Amino acid sequence: MAVKFEKTGDGTYVLDVQGYVCPHPQLYTKKGMEKLKQGEILDLIFDNPSSGESIMAMCQAEGNEIIEQKKEAGKTTMRWRIRKS
Amino acid sequence: MTSLPCNTVNVDTPPVVSTEPRNVIRAFIVLGFFALVSLSSFAVDHRFIYYSAYLWFGFTYGMSLQYGRFCMASAIRDLFAVGVPRMAVGIMIAVVLFSLVSALVTVAGKSTFHPSPIGLYSVIGGLIFGIGMVYTGGCASGSLYKTGEGSIAALLVVLSLSFTQVFLVDAGGWLNQLIPAAWTQATLAQDLPAVITPTDGWYDQFLAGYVWNLKAHTVGELLGFTNTVYAAFIGNSLINSIIPAILILAGIYVRWFRKGYLRDNKSQYQGFRTELAGYWSMITASKRTAIAGLVLGVAAGLHMWVMQGLQFRLGISNAGELLSGMGYSGLSIQDTVFDPGYFYITTQEAQGAAWVVQKLGFNVTDNIFFGLDNGVPNPILNPVLWMSIALVGGAAVMALLNNEFKLKMPTLEIATWAIFGGILMGIGARIGLGCNIGAFFATVTNGDPSGWLFGLGMTVGGFIGVKFFNWWIERQMAKEMSAFDL
Repeated sequence: MAVKFEKTGDGTYVLDVQGYVCPHPQLYTKKGMEKLKQGEILDLIFDNPSSGESIMAMCQAEGNEIIEQKKEAGKTTMRWRIRKS
Repeated sequence: MTSLPCNTVNVDTPPVVSTEPRNVIRAFIVLGFFALVSLSSFAVDHRFIYYSAYLWFGFTYGMSLQYGRFCMASAIRDLFAVGVPRMAVGIMIAVVLFSLVSALVTVAGKSTFHPSPIGLYSVIGGLIFGIGMVYTGGCASGSLYKTGEGSIAALLVVLSLSFTQVFLVDAGGWLNQLIPAAWTQATLAQDLPAVITPTDGWYDQFLAGYVWNLKAHTVGELLGFTNTVYAAFIGNSLINSIIPAILILAGIYVRWFRKGYLRDNKSQYQGFRTELAGYWSMITASKRTAIAGLVLGVAAGLHMWVMQGLQFRLGISNAGELLSGMGYSGLSIQDTVFDPGYFYITTQEAQGAAWVVQKLGFNVTDNIFFGLDNGVPNPILNPVLWMSIALVGGAAVMALLNNEFKLKMPTLEIATWAIFGGILMGIGARIGLGCNIGAFFATVTNGDPSGWLFGLGMTVGGFIGVKFFNWWIERQMAKEMSAFDL
């Protein structure tokens, strides 16, 4: 499954990096967030647990806010909603 | 889908979700398997307790690595790529603690450690290894624990670096032309057994003609300490581990953590006091990583103590004596096998791959690495490989308990990165005489300055790897964004 970055609405985007291992999810997230304007939302979908740690720390360092985290029961897929600060 | 509470940023993991019952059962099955191996092998021959010691320390390493997501590739890569110092901090915590336990073990006369020769090869090996581990997404220990999480990509990395080493240490032919004449002459002067054909192998000449002629000392020895306590604690631990770790952490704090910390605390700035608080905040930012670092550091030190104790108890200095005593083969011509007596990765994996290659009909013992030093025992009888396999098992148990185990097949893209990066890691590990564990973690914590040379190379290699990946990711994102204006 290749990376997907799509616009889903006014100021919202989805980045799907399922199937990717470190460092792809965190690098794609960084690149994606760099392109967003302040207040815009990125819906991130990934399934590599160790990338989550890095992405979380990256958001803290850059002041971006993780406003929602979801994990499907019985699966390793995670869906985070991040707002650009 | 389970919706978790809205969460402000927290460097530690997402909110805890209880273990699914089937994962608890699976975790116990894995644990039970290793317990069965341990008990049944002891029942066959009590000397297998030596193997079990490696096994349970490996299991502990696996659990700790997975729990703390401990990965040296992440430590270097995430610093340069996304400005996250979490793992670098965890590594330094583990370095400090392991060095203290190692010093204690040394003073007690229980250390199994031998320093590596000090030379430029460490930097070069580290550099190649560092590039490779960025491409694969994990260092050697990281790839093993991620295999335990079900990552087939990580397994490909391990296989790639294993078979690469077999080829590398046995390759001769045109590669001999790349060897300086002085190395060839120095190799001949070593008067090595003809059966290992030392001058028909670039790695043999690299070792015998170059590395073996370099000096190997701990910092305690270099500083001339005759008192073991001073040598171990002041020379090896304080000067070679603790002070460098503190300085590295200070550099990381200033470069990557301070800005964010001061931004969040600017109303309370009190000069150096605030800076110290920020430094401490960085160290304690990720509890899981800190705990994992603590467990790894202490366990790695205790590992040496236990292995040395068992060697004394069993009256051996190398596991080869156990194998020959029990009637098994696969030893080197010196009747030895690889048996470092502490946490190590890559060599035992290479032995496993060599055994497979040997079964395919190729001679892999006509070289120093396997023929003279490490042997090619049956993987089932390779004590250090028990440690690696148990590491995977320990990580699997922790992943299951965290509902993070998932068998994941890689895409073609990821598989390509895994294999290519694994090749670089295999090359780097052999040139550097070890990986992030054997050539860095185990060495810097035992007073061996060559470890910092490997670490330097690894850091530069990681930087280069990240630069390339930034370009690659930018290119991929540009393709995705071409459909809309951003």
